[in-house]
Amino acid sequence: MIQTIAMIAILCISLATLALIYRVIKGPSIPDRVVALDAIGINLVAIVALISIALNTNAFLEVILLLGILAFIGTVAFSKYLEKGVIIEHDRDR
Amino acid sequence: MKTNDIILQTATKVVLFIIVLFSVYIFFAGHYTPGGGFVGGLLTSGAIILLLLAFDMKTVDKILPVNFMYMIATGLLFAIGTGAGGLLFNVPFLTHAFTDVDLPILGHLSLHTAALFDLGVFLVVVGVTMIIIKTIGEDD
Repeated sequence: MIQTIAMIAILCISLATLALIYRVIKGPSIPDRVVALDAIGINLVAIVALISIALNTNAFLEVILLLGILAFIGTVAFSKYLEKGVIIEHDRDR
Repeated sequence: MKTNDIILQTATKVVLFIIVLFSVYIFFAGHYTPGGGFVGGLLTSGAIILLLLAFDMKTVDKILPVNFMYMIATGLLFAIGTGAGGLLFNVPFLTHAFTDVDLPILGHLSLHTAALFDLGVFLVVVGVTMIIIKTIGEDD
């Protein structure tokens, strides 16, 4: 029962991820692609959570927090590159 | 034009401690659950990289005055020390010891020298990652 529900939800999130991949490929500007990749990361979190429900294990729960942190750091790095041209500045008040 | 990063900097000040706490948890949970020195070290360097993104290299050097070369050396010393420690007790190289102790405040603890070896892995991973990132990120 709970496996069936989890599989249906995984299917729905996979369709949403496919739509986001369309935006990554087609997106006219770079920020569109960055936002789509960020949302794909969060969808991966949801897929990992649903798979750990379907497999009835709690071994993947660290992966969820890890993917959230990595998606945040990656998006911040890319948006800083788009805004300033450098990712790590030497001296901010120069 | 001077940009104002106050939202990013304030969010970093809150999120940084959660990431560091999570990495310490992953490091200590490595013996019984997924995790260990490698993932913990990568996550700690991720926290420092977030600090580098929100601030600049000069500020981060002031916050964390650590020479990462020495950090790698300390980690390798920990790994070799726990390996060579077995030789003192007439057992083969890298033999690990295990004991249960009762401490006053911390209560019943099971200590294993593999945790010290893992600490060496942790320090080496943090040092290598930070040296790579800082060497590449340094402009002119």
